[in-house]
Amino acid sequence: MRLPEKISALLKRRSTLVLLLVPLIAVGFALQAFGTPLILNIYTYFCVNLMIVLALQMFMGNSGILAWTHVAWVGIGAYASGILSMAPMVKSLGVPNMYPQLVELQLPVLPAILLGGVVAAIVAGAIGWPLMRLSNAVGVITLFATLIVVHVVMTQWDNVTNGPRTFFGLQEFTRLPQALVGAILVILLAHWYRESSLGLRLRASRDDRFAAMAIGVSVVQVRYVAFVLSALIAGISGGVWAHFITSFSPKAFYITETFLLLTMLVIGGQGSISGAFTGTAIVTVAREILRQVESGMNNSGMFSFEVYGLTELVMAVLMVIVLIWRPNGIIGGQEITWPLLKRKNRPDDGAGTDVVEPA
Amino acid sequence: MIDLEFIINTVSLGSLYALLSLGLVFVYGILKLVNFAYGEYIMVAGYAMHVIGQNRGIPWYVTMAVAVLFAAVVSYGTELVAFRPVRTKSLTAMLVTSFAVSVFLQNVVLITISPRARAVPLPAFFSQTLTLGTATIPVRNLVIIGTTIVLLIGLTFVMKRTVLGIAMRAAADKFTTTRLMGVPANLVISATFIISGLLAGVVAIFWVGRSASVDPLIGAAPLLIAFIATVMGGMHSQIGAVIGGFVYGLLFNILSIMLPATMISYRDAFMFVIVILFLLFRPEGIWRGGYTEERVG
Repeated sequence: MRLPEKISALLKRRSTLVLLLVPLIAVGFALQAFGTPLILNIYTYFCVNLMIVLALQMFMGNSGILAWTHVAWVGIGAYASGILSMAPMVKSLGVPNMYPQLVELQLPVLPAILLGGVVAAIVAGAIGWPLMRLSNAVGVITLFATLIVVHVVMTQWDNVTNGPRTFFGLQEFTRLPQALVGAILVILLAHWYRESSLGLRLRASRDDRFAAMAIGVSVVQVRYVAFVLSALIAGISGGVWAHFITSFSPKAFYITETFLLLTMLVIGGQGSISGAFTGTAIVTVAREILRQVESGMNNSGMFSFEVYGLTELVMAVLMVIVLIWRPNGIIGGQEITWPLLKRKNRPDDGAGTDVVEPA
Repeated sequence: MIDLEFIINTVSLGSLYALLSLGLVFVYGILKLVNFAYGEYIMVAGYAMHVIGQNRGIPWYVTMAVAVLFAAVVSYGTELVAFRPVRTKSLTAMLVTSFAVSVFLQNVVLITISPRARAVPLPAFFSQTLTLGTATIPVRNLVIIGTTIVLLIGLTFVMKRTVLGIAMRAAADKFTTTRLMGVPANLVISATFIISGLLAGVVAIFWVGRSASVDPLIGAAPLLIAFIATVMGGMHSQIGAVIGGFVYGLLFNILSIMLPATMISYRDAFMFVIVILFLLFRPEGIWRGGYTEERVG
């Protein structure tokens, strides 16, 4: 086979990646050249969110378990990377009670972010095994409880996190190029994972736990690997996020944020990378528009009161509508491929799991 | 430490939590849905009390009755609009829906009323106390105990003696079989949501009664308590939920006394660690009920 044919065959085989990466990179370059600072900021934020949502997809989309803890790993990554990267002077100013051993640490930003991910992965690895044995409602409540435990620790352990107060003074490391590279790497990784034997076994366990066990899949083991890997990426994304926002408090890693991440994942379709990508894009754009509308309404003095919460309200309605209309998300559980509309009647791959009795 | 005051306070706290978890378990039993919007039914009942209470002419019992009914109506409404269409879909879809419903209700209140806390008028006996020997007991706590006894007897009667109650119990056991026997699914599910809403409304009166104010996030704390209590008691039976409520109340009061002052802010974390341990070693809860295996590996 000649080289052009080889390339075209490769592109065809990997058409999902091409369809996702080419627009992402093209828009990134276009904005870098012509965009206003505000648009650049939004796009950077989009790329960071994309990393976090894809990490969520790796675990939740492939295993079918509602991952309440995800935002906790983001938070652990954010705090750990911040503590590692900040200068001792800044730390002792910002977090007066911090343990002296922690104050002395200082690393360049990139290793700090990566180590932040490792810390999140270690925490997830330490508590993950028993959690992965639970399914259904019990699993959901346990993961939810874990999120609350992490949140309580974050708000109370002021020798490390500055308690409920703002943790500030991080270097502004993340700009568009860094975020874009991060997003590209995470797309590649999530795609590789989804198609790998590990991901395939996990998806099998999602679609039918008992059938998967019958053909020799160790359900707990594949879930555990996904859980830890997802926590690693979430932690790294958290570090990238932290060095973009530069100051945050434990509130940023709790239920409101979880809702945002879930809308991003569920609206597009949790079962596929394309779905997570599309959902993140839609929600980012919708949120910006709603925010403009909200501040416009408040500034125009149309109402005697402050309009507050419109964004979340519309997001919630949007999410319920999508779940009713297409429970597997707009894209669904299948990746988009080139050509875009090849098969009309593709079988539903059932990205959902543990279907309750049709009532 | 263990005196009359402690006992009555613990029993009243336990009663409140028992009602709370009972409302959650009613829906869980049939739909296998952990309803994250449950706390919001409590919140809307609180706001109903706030809105009606602004009119001084209305007696307190009418306000409370309307608030309880309003919670039931909202609960039924969410079932109709949001849960019914996704009921046959995946469990995750349903959970995410309930989360979205919760966010929706919170933000409706944020926009239409206020993000800040609002006062709720209460009858005078809510803040009075009673002296029994050496113990000083708030009248409210005795009212909670009385209400719980009445409600539990009433619910037991409904579940054991009425056709609807028997149908609901059958549906919680084997939904498909129950439908094959000619029980309409929608009716049973709507009924459970209405009962769940009624219980949330009753809880709201006492929950709001502690601070005499209501804010959009007031539903979060009772939701967490209902989670812990049902998990400890057993998610698969109403008896388990009631037991769980009382055990939680006891545990909470004991932890409040025993934990040193520096650790008291970690109390929530302790409670949840207990839940996690409980689920790992005894996932069926204290009361086994109609437990079906739900773990793998």
